[in-house]
Amino acid sequence: MTELTLVQAVNRGLQQAMRDDGDVLVLGEDVGLNGGVFRATEGLLKEFGEERVLDTPLSETGIIGTAIGMALYGLKPVAEIQFLDFIYPAFDQIVSELAKFRYRSGGQYPCHVVIRSPYGGGIKGGLYHSQSTEAYFCHTAGLKVVIPSTPADAKGLLLTAIHDEDPVMFLEPKRIYRSVTGEVPDGDERVPFGRARLVREGTDVSVFAYGAMIPVVTEAANALAAEGISSEVIDLRTLVPLDEAAILASVEKTGRAVVVHEAARFCGFGGELAALLAEKAFFSLKAPVTRVTGYDTPFPYALENLYLPNVERVSHAVRTTARAG
Amino acid sequence: MTAAPAIVPLPYSPEEVASALGRSWKKTLAAMYRWMALGRALDARMQGLQRQGRVGFYGAATGHEAVSVAAGLVTRREDWILPGLREQLVALVRGHPLGTYAHHLFADDKDPARGRNMPCHPSAADVHYVSMSSVIGTQISHAVGVAYAMRARKSPGVALAFFGDGATSANDFHAGLNLAAVWNLPVVFCCVNNQWAISLPVERQSAVATLASKSAAYGLPGQRLDGTDVIAVYRGLGEALRDARAGKGPKLLEFLVYRMTPHSSSDDPGRYQPKDWGARAAASDPFLRLASWMSEHGLLDEGSRTQIGAAVEEEVRAAVRQAEETSAPVPSSLTEDVYAPSASENSPAGAARGT
Ligand SMILES: Cc1ncc(C[n+]2csc(CCOP(=O)(O)OP(=O)(O)O)c2C)c(N)n1
Ligand SMILES: [Mg+2]
Repeated sequence: MTELTLVQAVNRGLQQAMRDDGDVLVLGEDVGLNGGVFRATEGLLKEFGEERVLDTPLSETGIIGTAIGMALYGLKPVAEIQFLDFIYPAFDQIVSELAKFRYRSGGQYPCHVVIRSPYGGGIKGGLYHSQSTEAYFCHTAGLKVVIPSTPADAKGLLLTAIHDEDPVMFLEPKRIYRSVTGEVPDGDERVPFGRARLVREGTDVSVFAYGAMIPVVTEAANALAAEGISSEVIDLRTLVPLDEAAILASVEKTGRAVVVHEAARFCGFGGELAALLAEKAFFSLKAPVTRVTGYDTPFPYALENLYLPNVERVSHAVRTTARAG
Repeated sequence: MTAAPAIVPLPYSPEEVASALGRSWKKTLAAMYRWMALGRALDARMQGLQRQGRVGFYGAATGHEAVSVAAGLVTRREDWILPGLREQLVALVRGHPLGTYAHHLFADDKDPARGRNMPCHPSAADVHYVSMSSVIGTQISHAVGVAYAMRARKSPGVALAFFGDGATSANDFHAGLNLAAVWNLPVVFCCVNNQWAISLPVERQSAVATLASKSAAYGLPGQRLDGTDVIAVYRGLGEALRDARAGKGPKLLEFLVYRMTPHSSSDDPGRYQPKDWGARAAASDPFLRLASWMSEHGLLDEGSRTQIGAAVEEEVRAAVRQAEETSAPVPSSLTEDVYAPSASENSPAGAARGT
């Protein structure tokens, strides 16, 4: 076990995979000499050389398109998109090509690429360094979508992603890259996909969140405990595949659910969770499912703290849900 | 009534052809002729079947055959093809069975890709012919990655990206040429300029004099070739492949051809093509150019022309017959070959269970 920050854990995950498997390589803007603008790839160039750590030209479609070609031939590329906000030039490659290759070739051309990208607000990044657009990718069949919130999960889920057989969107909550630290197992310790993490057990309200919202939700839950409200906090960790069993079991117990994400509300992932609960936990529900989300506006610079769900908004929603009905 | 236009002759002596095609040049010429004849027969038959409603869609490659056939013959097994819409003949020449391709065209249960793509989008891993999407240009970057992996694995292979004149305006043309040049990769970019992107003439696609000249912007060599001259394609592409294999890096080849059919089965070129287009195209018909050169040099007589024509037609007919007798893909294939966990519920089978 080693105490690491979340971004260090990402780095160790990459290093581990590259040591264990000569087919793994990383590519992206500034990932080599500079070690990545967030230092996620620090030291990799030195250890593995420029054949396996590629500083690419500034071309997101080129990065992902090239990674796809590498994967078709049997390599295991891990592509970094410097900010999720800049992934759209590659959106075509991801949605039209990467996600569909295995299906459209009848399994002749599986296409395993991991795309890592820092996402989310809270770093004074304004419109174009803050967005949380995981829902676009969840909506596309063929992609897995993973969002860690702890260092141990960052490394363990990344290792699972790299050794998976399908393309994986690995979204890293950059706001907590360094603010969260934790013990991380050494070696090739993988965390399986499709299993939510129970952050805090509770009996009154189930709170579902992921990524940088986990510390916010946890703080709110601790504060509410003093008021006598017992919240169960569940970190979804992988949005696709989704741990439906854990979600349903929790709501069957509490009868109340709050969903928290920083992405905009309309057509956000919380809508999917609310629909899931309406379809499969309807008779367990004692209160409306409540969403606490970013607003349905572009991501603001000056008013960032207003936009992002915070402890007060989450607490208010949990309290209201606990008392409803 | 205008007379049939004179065919622009192939400008070669037998010695020149022999030097371009190598020692077994007569055999290669015969193979070229036969494959072009097969391409013609296939296009004619499929366009007819499409009009009868027996296949859903067809994108003919009539006029493009010299490029595809020469590419199929001059590439090696270890090379990879990242095709555009009109390169299926490359797969066939490289050994993908016509019968399997027909299963694809009819989107039946024996299509290796299980009827998931529109016709003319085959997946032929047996000959390293990569599955294409319908999105123009995306395969150009894939070729760069394939070439990178070839070099990493120390394979002598070359990645060939095929695309049209229209694709030179797409994002991945820029991205792919740039990356391949920066990394000095074994890629040959094959731009088949048929002078139209559906209704848009190439002069309005780009203001450059030749599309090949775009290579200068990326620091790789570019060359325009007569894509209706199968000898020129074989020689020019062969050189580019040799250079790429020798580590000399990527090249952009522009093959100038004439699109001799509508863009696809859903297109009416009468709305946009000039009246003399058909005659100009016919004069540069790659199949007739080869045929007349071979006849003139005593390598093809009327009898063998008729015989080969009948043989390839029968091949096509047999492949079509088999495909038409094959049933549609089974419904359960809908949810296979893709990671889509909710698909087990949200599918016809799931609906039947009432979930
Ligand atoms: C990105 C994209 N935009 C538009 C289309 C629709 N479309 C299909 S083929 C075509 C023209 C392609 O022209 P070109 O690249 O010259 O190839 P050609 O069909 O002439 O062989 C267009 C606009 C598409 N398939 N993909
Ligand atoms: Mg064209």
